[in-house]
Formats: sequence, structure tokens, C-alpha cells
Amino acid sequence: MTRTPEADTAGASSDPLAGLAPGPPVALRHPGRWVAGSVVLFILVWFGYTVVTNPNFQWPIVGHYLFSREIVAGVLVTIQLTISAMAIGVTLGVIVALMRQSDNRLLAWSAQAYIVCFRATPALVQLIFWFNLSALFPLITIGVPFFGPDFIAVNANLIITPLIAANLGLGLCEGAYMAEIVRGGILSVDAGQREAAAAVGMTRAQTMRKVVLPQALRVIIPPTGNQIIGMLKYTSLASVISVTELLSSAELIYTRTFETIPLLIVASLWYVALTSVLTAGQRVLERHVGRSHTDAPAGRVLPFRLAVINNLFASRGARLG
Amino acid sequence: MASNPPMVVARDIHKRFGAVEVLKGVDLEVELGKVVCIIGASGAGKSTFLRCINHLERPDLGYVMVGGELVGYRRVGRRLHEVKERELCAARAGIGMVFQRFNLFQHMTVLDNVAIAPTLVRRLARGAAEARARALLDRVGLAAKDGRYPRQLSGGEQQRVAIARALAMEPRVMLFDEATSALDPELVGEVLDVMRSLAEDGMTMIVVTHEIGFAREVADEVVFMDGGVIAERGPPAEILRAPKSERTREFLARVL
Repeated sequence: MTRTPEADTAGASSDPLAGLAPGPPVALRHPGRWVAGSVVLFILVWFGYTVVTNPNFQWPIVGHYLFSREIVAGVLVTIQLTISAMAIGVTLGVIVALMRQSDNRLLAWSAQAYIVCFRATPALVQLIFWFNLSALFPLITIGVPFFGPDFIAVNANLIITPLIAANLGLGLCEGAYMAEIVRGGILSVDAGQREAAAAVGMTRAQTMRKVVLPQALRVIIPPTGNQIIGMLKYTSLASVISVTELLSSAELIYTRTFETIPLLIVASLWYVALTSVLTAGQRVLERHVGRSHTDAPAGRVLPFRLAVINNLFASRGARLG
Repeated sequence: MASNPPMVVARDIHKRFGAVEVLKGVDLEVELGKVVCIIGASGAGKSTFLRCINHLERPDLGYVMVGGELVGYRRVGRRLHEVKERELCAARAGIGMVFQRFNLFQHMTVLDNVAIAPTLVRRLARGAAEARARALLDRVGLAAKDGRYPRQLSGGEQQRVAIARALAMEPRVMLFDEATSALDPELVGEVLDVMRSLAEDGMTMIVVTHEIGFAREVADEVVFMDGGVIAERGPPAEILRAPKSERTREFLARVL
């Protein structure tokens, strides 16, 4: 079939683009999205209206207690418990992760056993266990193990205060999770680099400190941020063993005044505020640590990331970067 | 010609991975300043043998001496005893190794990659280590890239940094484990040039390679490995042009 000049000028019938009006194409309409959006908007407005108008929320009481002495004291205990339990968790996590890598079967096996035991039981159960340690060991002694003499013997109830029990419970539980996170970070570093380090005569400890951990950190830091945020909220479990952290400070007030809902709102607002601060911090840290070298323009160094990592692992006389 | 004791001596090296016997008794001697190229099909045990020389693999039987000293063992009476980590590290520090996959430290600049081992292992002052690193980078033609990170370099450049990193420890012998196998064809030449110039400067080298041309040109001795043993060895002209062993002939027919 041959094309004739008439066919070309005939327009739409042969060329679909002939006689096209100028301007961009008309976008596809999404009526479904408008329907869904309207429904959600309705629910939000209704919810907001309820929150504001329902007198049972007792907003004036929320305002009254938000910065009260008892609540702020509880916030401080929550922060302190988060930091100390997390410190225990991270320290244990690194140690246990290194033990799992050990050639010594017993070390590797006991690290594995620790992880299994402490991940398999609820943190709340562990807390109560530590709190009731005196039922298992009424006296805590320092002396010769097995049948030897004791040098110091103290009533367990005096040592295992609620705060200590909370630290032990949350920290030991956290250690099991952190161990897996640290192990994942270590495994993310290509084994070839370890061989190269060995080939130039570096010891295993030097290799770990200078080659493996600085790189593993990029993988370890983001999930650790999540763990810290999780820990902040897990500290509320300590209210069960009468640590006066944020939640139990609120509880102490509302058992007195029966203003349950407003005080739970006070506690929630504080948790939201603290979590937001941590989330913002996590984002800043991730932006600097998570950035890989490939993304950097050629020749540009990443001063912050290197500074952080070097300061963490710097040892006298052997600082690079 | 009465020569010095060899720089590298490997005696009766055996190595088994599970059920597979990878090395079935390998002997090798390399004199000071000589270049030995090890060729052979993959799975012949070339790399494993090379890794036994600096004890990255622990031989099941046999031993290696570099510069007259045992690597990884000490003789006590009539037996060899494994040495402590520090002693093994000291021995490895004198043996340079270059890997197929470069294995540069990804979080360090090129300069730090080269300077770190002398500061950590040899306790060299930071300034001195950096000066030496710069000189070595200049030698491999990368003086201008000392501030880059490994991933910003081409494969050939990375491998030259890896060579500089090994040289920074002033090794008595250099081991090359298929140093050009992971490179794009157009980048192989620049790495072989560096290796050639090292050989010309009198470095003792053991080179596992598939580059038959390099072996012919640079090697003092070519070793053909097959099935975990050395099947044939001799000067390159002999081995590569007129091999006596049927297996060598077959291998060369396939790669040339």
C-alpha cells in the first residue's frame, strides 16, 4: 500500500498526532483519592472536635501537672534509666558479639545461649526476676566460690534496689538485642579487608579497632537509634517494680486524685517530646554516618564522619584521618 | 655458583579443606631477588599455597621459611610449635601480599591505607609514615590521589594502592594472588607495569597469575601447579615453549 499526499493531510484518521492542540497533556483524575481523603478528613475533624470539647480530657489539669515537680522528677529518672540501661546494653552487646566470633567454642556457645535466653523472655518478666533476686539469693557474698569462706556478705535486698533491678533487667535484655546488631555490623565488613590487615601484620585486636569496627559503625548506628527510642519507652516497665520514673510518677498522682486520663496524657506528651528529640538526633547522626563514600564528590572528605569515628577509636600515637 | 640460602623455602606443604585435599605436598625455593610465577588451572591450589606462605592459611603439614625464619612456627626440640599472635604478625609484616580483590580499607583515604600499618605495626611516627606513603604512592603513579577514598578509584588504581600498602612495610618478599584477574582488560597493563618495575628493582616475588605474557617476560622461574602438586617447573622459555608434561601442554593450549 502506498501513502498518498492526500492521506497525510487527511488528519486524525491516519496520524494520531495531527492537529494536536498545544500545551501539556491532561492529567489522569483520581476520584478514589478524593473520596478516601474526605473520609479521613472527616474522622480527623470529628476526633479533634471530641478531644477539645469532651470535658473528661480535663485539659486544664493536664496543663497543671505537665511541669509539676513530681512529673519532672519522673522524667529525669526515665532519662537516666534510658541512658544507663542503654550503656549496659551496648557494652554487653559489643562483648557478646565479639564472643560469638571467637574461635573458642565455649565462648561462642555461651554468647549464643545468653542471646537466646534474654531475647526469648519478656523484659517485664526479667525485671520482676531481678527485683525478686533476694528470694533466690538472700545473701550476696564476695568470697571463694563453692565451699570457700566468704569475705563480704550483704543482704540482697540492700543491693538490688528497684533502680538497680531496672538497670539490670533492661540492660541485660538490651544487651542481647545489641549483640545481634553489632554482629550484623561486623559481618557487613568484607572479610577480605581483615585478611589484608592480617597480611600487613596487624593483630586481630588492631584489625577490629582500626578496620572492622569503624566500618561496622555505619551499619550499627541506625538500628541502635531505634533501640534507644524503644528503651525510652521500655523504661515505663520499671513502674511495676516501683521505680518512680515518668509513668509511675503519673500513677502516684492519679491514684491520689483519680485524674487518670489527664495524667496519662501528661506522661504521653513527655514520651512524645523525648522521642521526638531522639528521632531528630538520630536523623542528624544517620545523615553523617550512613552516607557512603561513593556518594561523596571525588576528592571531598567527610570531616564530621571521620572525626566521630576516629575519636571513638583513637588510640595514642596511631590516629589516622 | 655458590648462592645465598633461598629467601623463601616452602617444604612439603599439605592443606585440606574438609574432604578436599587442596595441597598434596608442595616444595618451593625462591632465591633473593628472583621472580617465580605460579600458573595452573583454577582449583589447582595456587592461591592456597600462596596463602600458606604468610600463614593466612595454616598448613596441615610442612612449613615455610622466609629470610631463614619460620613463619608461624618455632622449633622446639624435634617438633614445630605454633607461635603467639604477636610473633606471627611480626613475620607477616615482612611478607607483602596483594589480593585479587584489592581489599583496601574502605573507610580510609588512599594515604591512610598506605600509612596505617607502619604506624600500628612498626610504631613509625605519623609524619614519617605519611612521608613514606607519599613516596610509595608517587612510585605507583598515584601521588595526586592520596586524599581519595578507595571507591573513588578505578580497579587498576586501587590495586596500585594495594601494592603501595604492602611495600610500606618494606617486605622481604611480595606475594601476588591473581592481582590482575579482577581488572577490566584496559587496566591490567598499569598494574603489570608496577609489578615489572618492582621485579627490575630486585624485589623477590611470588606471582600467581593467568598472565602468561607477564610470566614469559618477567619470571626467572615458572611453576605449573596441577591437582595440588607442582607438575612442572623451569625457566619460562622451557616451560612455556617446550613443556615436558602433557598436563602443562594441555593447560597452555587452553590459555594461549
